[in-house]
Amino acid sequence: MKVIEIKGLEKIYNDGEIFVHAIRGIDLAFDEGEFTAIVGPSGSGKTTLLNLIGGLDTPTKGEIVVNGINISSLKSSKLIDFRLFNIGFVFQAYNLIPVLTARENVEFIMTLQGWSKKERRKRSEELLTAVGLADRMEARPSKLSGGQQQRVAVARALASKPKYILADEPTANLDSKSAENLLDIMLKLNREENVTFIFSTHDQRVVKKARRVITLEDGKIISDIIQNE
Amino acid sequence: MILSIAWKNIWRNKLRSLVVITGITLGIFAGVFSWAFYAGMVDQRIATAINTETAHIQIHNKNFLEDPDIKNIISDYNLIDNKLQKYSAISAYAPRIIVNAMIMSAETGAGIKIIGIIPEKEINVTDIHKKLIEGKYFESGKNNQILIGDKLAEKLNVKTGSKVVIAGQQYDGTLTKAHFKVIGIYKTANSVFNESNVFIRESDLRKVLALDDATYHEIAIKLKSNDLLELQLEKIRSEFNNLDIKSWKELMPDVSLVEESVNISMIVFMIIILIGLIFTIINTMLMAVFERVKEIGMLMAIGMNHFKIVLMIMYETILLIMLGGIAGIVLACIVVKLTSYTGINLSAWGDVYASLGYETIVFPVFNLTILVQTTIMILLAGLIASIYPALKALQLKPAEALRIDV
Repeated sequence: MKVIEIKGLEKIYNDGEIFVHAIRGIDLAFDEGEFTAIVGPSGSGKTTLLNLIGGLDTPTKGEIVVNGINISSLKSSKLIDFRLFNIGFVFQAYNLIPVLTARENVEFIMTLQGWSKKERRKRSEELLTAVGLADRMEARPSKLSGGQQQRVAVARALASKPKYILADEPTANLDSKSAENLLDIMLKLNREENVTFIFSTHDQRVVKKARRVITLEDGKIISDIIQNE
Repeated sequence: MILSIAWKNIWRNKLRSLVVITGITLGIFAGVFSWAFYAGMVDQRIATAINTETAHIQIHNKNFLEDPDIKNIISDYNLIDNKLQKYSAISAYAPRIIVNAMIMSAETGAGIKIIGIIPEKEINVTDIHKKLIEGKYFESGKNNQILIGDKLAEKLNVKTGSKVVIAGQQYDGTLTKAHFKVIGIYKTANSVFNESNVFIRESDLRKVLALDDATYHEIAIKLKSNDLLELQLEKIRSEFNNLDIKSWKELMPDVSLVEESVNISMIVFMIIILIGLIFTIINTMLMAVFERVKEIGMLMAIGMNHFKIVLMIMYETILLIMLGGIAGIVLACIVVKLTSYTGINLSAWGDVYASLGYETIVFPVFNLTILVQTTIMILLAGLIASIYPALKALQLKPAEALRIDV
């Protein structure tokens, strides 16, 4: 079942002085439960593509349809709600809320969605246990290692039960052991929660674990390979 | 949870927040304490006006205040006396004979207002008997005693026991004079009053002026409370419509004006302080927003809507100003409480204040009006200060904000 369908996607940045054709006519589709890596050199358009799929940026041309909804045409307020209930984000710099504990960070998005305290507590404990942080739930991000913070970020992304999770270079700031550990957790959750994972990366160890690898260059897809089936 | 995050965000940069909160505390303290100080000063001025000078209400002949001539008398005092006794809101009243005259000592003379009183009644209406700094109050059985103010005593170079001559005009226009013995020197907060008013028994004055019995120029009425003023004024006016009935506010419009204007002045003063604080807080909150661009971008990305982003910034701003505001109010309360016992001595500028009728030792007062109005103003200032930083946060685009390295 298709979760995301992208048709004729183009993105041009033009501020009057600089003209950048970041995405040049991409057609793509993602099935439910996919675990996909988007690779390519710097400036190839990986982050721009993820931003467009995540509704953080609007395409210059083309459309992105998620479960029958063209998110490219949604108004700002509708798009925020759409992101809240459909998309999970994992950022390269973790981007946890520093004043909240690991558990509170995971619960935060559920609060925005209107979950009850009891439900939030249950879900956050399950997810933090799943990412191996059962004993670090009450720690603030500053007391966690980079790998632990990124695991909290993965738990947070999953907390809202999204249709898909977008991760921009999730292992870029991690050492190799932490990166591998994070990938194993993401794979496990991908299977258990049947959530589509789409992530950009330069990391070959990460690429090896992906079931599908899309390679971008100059804003175009130059290969789309299924592996590890 | 948003309120909880806002609270925690304040303490991310403890030093900066404490500096801002201290600034707000001192600003609010300055405003509230000044307010309490002036409120105390005005309250004391009103108390002096009522207790020493005018009482709450005065009754005169219709023409007396415009033309304080000896002939503009209240001729039917006994009838008025009977009617006033029925007013339960009146605690006491005293009739007075009032004439303008000359007073002379061995050295010099001065124009004065003579207030002829019945001492036994007057002590229930005004507190001149408590303001004596030398000598004593009227003694029964002795004639031609006079109480004069300290300023007048100084001017005439007399003291208790000295003889003075009063010269004036009798009811029929004949010039007259009489000797009086200074038995007491009073000092009220109002140096102008002290210099120009003397007190004599009304029976002595009546003889000097050849006035008929039961004729007076003024009846001073003391109410049980100043809160009863407007209602009693209306009642007395409707009962004695052939006489001139005036409240202390009408008799001393300058004092009344100060009472009305002090609140407005202090609100303006507080607004000026708060405008200064608003700019400080806007600056602090803008720094806080710009430091957290990436975080706000993340919050927007994961689905925190504009309303909640605005709410978070507003909560932070309002909490910051309320912390400083509450601390400022509490500090002001403590200092007001302490100084309400000790008073604040303004004797260095005493002559200036005394000439305007103000006490030289001021006892600040803190009332509910000050508390409520200050709290409302602080809240409004918090709301105003939060608008610009919140709008700045809303202008962020999540994709761009997430790329910014702060």
